[in-house]
Amino acid sequence: MKKVRILYFASLREKIGKEAEEIVLPAGVATVAALRSHLRSRGGIYENAFAEKALLRAAVNQDMVQPAAAVKAGDEVAFFPPVTGG
Amino acid sequence: MKIAVQREDFELGAEVRKLSRQSRSIGAVASFVGVVREVPMTLEHYPGMTERAIEKIVEDAKGRWQVMDCTVIHRYGALRPGDQIVMVAVASAHRGDAFAACEFIMDYLKTQAPFWKKEQTARGSRWVEAKASDDQAAERWK
Repeated sequence: MKKVRILYFASLREKIGKEAEEIVLPAGVATVAALRSHLRSRGGIYENAFAEKALLRAAVNQDMVQPAAAVKAGDEVAFFPPVTGG
Repeated sequence: MKIAVQREDFELGAEVRKLSRQSRSIGAVASFVGVVREVPMTLEHYPGMTERAIEKIVEDAKGRWQVMDCTVIHRYGALRPGDQIVMVAVASAHRGDAFAACEFIMDYLKTQAPFWKKEQTARGSRWVEAKASDDQAAERWK
């Protein structure tokens, strides 16, 4: 089973109502952008949280990445709004 | 190099003294402290990635300027107006490198380190939105 661990932070965590989950990567989902589309396709709160217009960033294995970045089994993928530290 | 992500407050003077005593060739320490303005807030972060992101920013700064040593401390959790949030101190032989590296580290931290602020106002709490001006500040170093 090709599983990935997904983490959510800040407003996205609140919208989804959980901070982490493990999902099986569907066939053909090999990038961050594809994973985002897959999550949106779950409908309900996911459809809203991952809407096209939602401004989100992603990290794979704790490195900030672009939407085209690869995702593979065993990865830790995080989605979150643009950061506001400092 | 010291990078800390912690709930506790920090003492800038003590951190600067530690840095300036690291080596006899250090001639300048530039520092910055960010403070909570007006509204109480809670800072969330991504444990593990946060430290890693700050390390990468510091490594990037070392490739651009002469950075002999550096301390970055960023707090998380509940903070009140007047509380310190973040400090960056950079030690170098001369002030030019210390000033530039300190500003660069702060600008990158604003856009690259995974922290999120939630403000508690009289009307409830709200997540702070990222500012375009922060992206522009980081862009100018490219």
